Amino acid sequence: MRYIPNSETDRKQMLSDIGIDSIEQLFSGIPEKLRLKRLLNLPKALTEPELVEYFRARAAMNSSGGSAFIGAGIYHHYIPIIIDALISRSEFYTAYTPYQAEIAQGTLQAIFEFQTYIAQLTGMEVANASLYDGSTGLAEAVLMAQRITKKNKFLVARTVHPEYRAVVNTYAKNLGIRIELVDYAPDGRIDLAKLERLSANDVAAFIMQSPNFFGTIERTHDISEMAHKHGALSIVNICEAMALGILKAPGSDTNEVRTADIVVGEAQAFGVPPSFGGPHVGFLSTRERYVRQMPGRLVGLGRDYSGRPGFVLTLSTREQHIRREKATSNICTNQSLCALMATIYLATVGPKGLREICEQNILKTDYAATEIAKKTKHRVLFSAPRFNEFVIENGKGSVGLSLSTFYPELGDSALVCVTETARREDIDAMVQRLVQ
Amino acid sequence: MSDQRTSTHFSVNERVIFEKGSPGRRAFDLPELDVPRKPIAEFIDPSLLRDDIPGMPELSEVDVIRHFTRLSTWNYHIDLGLYPLGSCTMKYNPKINERVARLEGFALSHPYLPAGDIQGALEIQKTLETCLSEITGMDAVTLQPAAGAHGELTGILMIRAYHELRGNPRKKILIPDSAHGTNPASAAISGYVVETVPSNQQGMVDVDRLAEIVNEDVAAIMITNPNTLGVFETQIAEIAELLHSRGALVYMDGANLNAMMGITRPGDFGIDVLHLNLHKTFTTPHGGGGPGAGPVAVKRTLEPFLPYPVVAKDSSGRYAFDNDRPNSIGKIKAYNGQFGMHVRALCYILANGAAGLREVSEVAVLNANYIRAKLNSAYALPYDSPSLHEVVFSDRLQAPQDVHVWDIGKRLMDYGFHPPTVSFPLIVPGAIMIEPTETESKQELDAFIEAMLAIAKEAAEQPEKVKTSPHTTRVGRIDEAAAARRPVLRWKSE
Repeated sequence: MRYIPNSETDRKQMLSDIGIDSIEQLFSGIPEKLRLKRLLNLPKALTEPELVEYFRARAAMNSSGGSAFIGAGIYHHYIPIIIDALISRSEFYTAYTPYQAEIAQGTLQAIFEFQTYIAQLTGMEVANASLYDGSTGLAEAVLMAQRITKKNKFLVARTVHPEYRAVVNTYAKNLGIRIELVDYAPDGRIDLAKLERLSANDVAAFIMQSPNFFGTIERTHDISEMAHKHGALSIVNICEAMALGILKAPGSDTNEVRTADIVVGEAQAFGVPPSFGGPHVGFLSTRERYVRQMPGRLVGLGRDYSGRPGFVLTLSTREQHIRREKATSNICTNQSLCALMATIYLATVGPKGLREICEQNILKTDYAATEIAKKTKHRVLFSAPRFNEFVIENGKGSVGLSLSTFYPELGDSALVCVTETARREDIDAMVQRLVQ
Repeated sequence: MSDQRTSTHFSVNERVIFEKGSPGRRAFDLPELDVPRKPIAEFIDPSLLRDDIPGMPELSEVDVIRHFTRLSTWNYHIDLGLYPLGSCTMKYNPKINERVARLEGFALSHPYLPAGDIQGALEIQKTLETCLSEITGMDAVTLQPAAGAHGELTGILMIRAYHELRGNPRKKILIPDSAHGTNPASAAISGYVVETVPSNQQGMVDVDRLAEIVNEDVAAIMITNPNTLGVFETQIAEIAELLHSRGALVYMDGANLNAMMGITRPGDFGIDVLHLNLHKTFTTPHGGGGPGAGPVAVKRTLEPFLPYPVVAKDSSGRYAFDNDRPNSIGKIKAYNGQFGMHVRALCYILANGAAGLREVSEVAVLNANYIRAKLNSAYALPYDSPSLHEVVFSDRLQAPQDVHVWDIGKRLMDYGFHPPTVSFPLIVPGAIMIEPTETESKQELDAFIEAMLAIAKEAAEQPEKVKTSPHTTRVGRIDEAAAARRPVLRWKSE
């Protein structure tokens, strides 16, 4: 096998040094009756040229998806070439978790920079080293809020990504957590009157998403203020992190009562390919006073014993390898390499590039929605301001994602996503498809 | 310095990225806007918009490339040398895996596309599931969990759903004292109480003691096999039988599958559910701490509880996501797992075939035993049961000189190696856990062995040199207590 260096000669020499005759003897600890007496039934081994052909053929059976105008939590943004050039360095992608700080300063500093970028974008004080993805990140945020408040009831907007809500349910159902859903108003945003009515002092947290699943922008600061009035925490979920480049940061306001307590989400938009659903990169940011309740790894700046600065994994007494069943989470890995992709993306586009990308998303989305309303029979639903997605009536089968499963009351409506990668002619062609 | 593999070499200092760049630099140009430009305030109330992003730097392409390239040179990595990390299976990551995962049909594919547009991706997932079922001797596989610990959570939730359907979720999960820390944490967040099972003199589960504590409150045992000492639980079939006879199930942590591919199968020794780590046995890269992937394999009895969706063939023979799973535990992650990792793992399995995977396990075990034989006199071996893919020593012979396992690991850096797993498993005081994997040559192993022997000698003759190591790295040991006392978790402008 080409990935195994030791030849027959090497192996014989090693067996002789160990003092045995055959490799078989090394497995003497496995009872005879439990041994497999045949070869595994697997496809025949392929050479490298055959492997390339096998995977090319399968990749060719997939559509690359850009022209379908589907977002819904996974976005087609342009990915600068330098990201792949840098993360293809073995020094990054074949390195282990940076537990040994002396020989992992590269990974550690990159994570520290990721934490800083996320804190800057969300307007929060601290962010962790990343989580598996946005959906599990939201579940972790719920458990974190339960630890902080010692309360079990959560008010969750129905406009939070339905798959994220499903994941939260899976995590929450054995831990005494109760979820109450808050419906949306006719403008496609959280129904604030209903939210106010459901609020009570036994609520642990409000959970909203902005831009929400319909693409509309929530008044996160007003809702955070409402949560705090009722003694609840405010959790803002972000599926489309790109929007942070232009929307007011949920954690930032001159009045702290109007800011979120946890901003959690998915950073796939920052240079991570859709990759059929993963790997992506979850993030979680919060206030400094809650840092010891955070899940996941954290990198901190320290000094070595001769005073030189260096980065190190820190506050690990929260984590499973120290605390075992009393840990803040069972999470062990983060999504380091994807977090690095996001970090390189943000370094590459910079604040001005990010703003410009956001503006193009908003303007192209507006162009598409206006054209559809003008030239087709499809009504555009929800009047609230939007980022890069919107809902059209009777869109089934032609464009975007059908909402019939997630929101049966919307019938054949479809969620349409337009990013900066859509050229005007692509949008016009999509509108033409809807005319028919 | 001639006894060491490392030498001094220039190492470029680099500030954090927020202290670089200057206003007006750019590394990215967006195609000109091709739809009418209007003021954003026309769409969005200015109170919902931000003015700027304080502290975010403006950089050129060269700035970005230099910055991250410099950082990269500060990392140890598998392409540079051996990682003797026990339980982590740090093996070579084949380059072709990376190439095929980047094919546009995979990288740009969206899981919400109509089934007709994603047949290639679904076929990859189904084929990988089938291969993993065969390798483990199980009946069905979900690829949804994002990592090993996430797989544990998935498996325990399925066990809970199984018992609930029978009217009683039960209360406890039994976990041997040698287990990885994620095991008890995963059981706890599934709503179970953890009870620890002691190990016996051979480092295996104490079956007599186990028989006393398994009752109707026990939902399952979570067992690692081979265990964290690298020892096969010889009574695993009897343990499974005992649990089953009392209505409980057996969960296996499959972290150590690299020891047994094609040799023995969990499904054939009584395991009901196990997770695998694609980033260990199946060569998907560690990426400096993720992404991983933690598929879960189950026996037929647990199949109804798998997270949805399940990849299935419809009546026309096309692959499709099946979401109609009434007994499913629900979703454990949005979409269906870390697909990019699935492509890489399948590529590895297809590169090996059945004979190749068996050879992988054989040589992994040979390499571990070679190290065991060569280091056996210089380091104490707390358990002399036969080692499979890893061997656990301790620092008992060095401790009298006040040289501990952590010091030995750090000194290894000066010899050009990453330290082994230290202080784990917890049942061995001063544990030194070594897993070389099959992708190391005899020469690499010999160099590592020489380094370990040299350190043992140093520990006896000049212990200070070991205790103050490493001496050749960019930074020395970080004062972790101080870093945790006043955490600095982000950059801020002065």
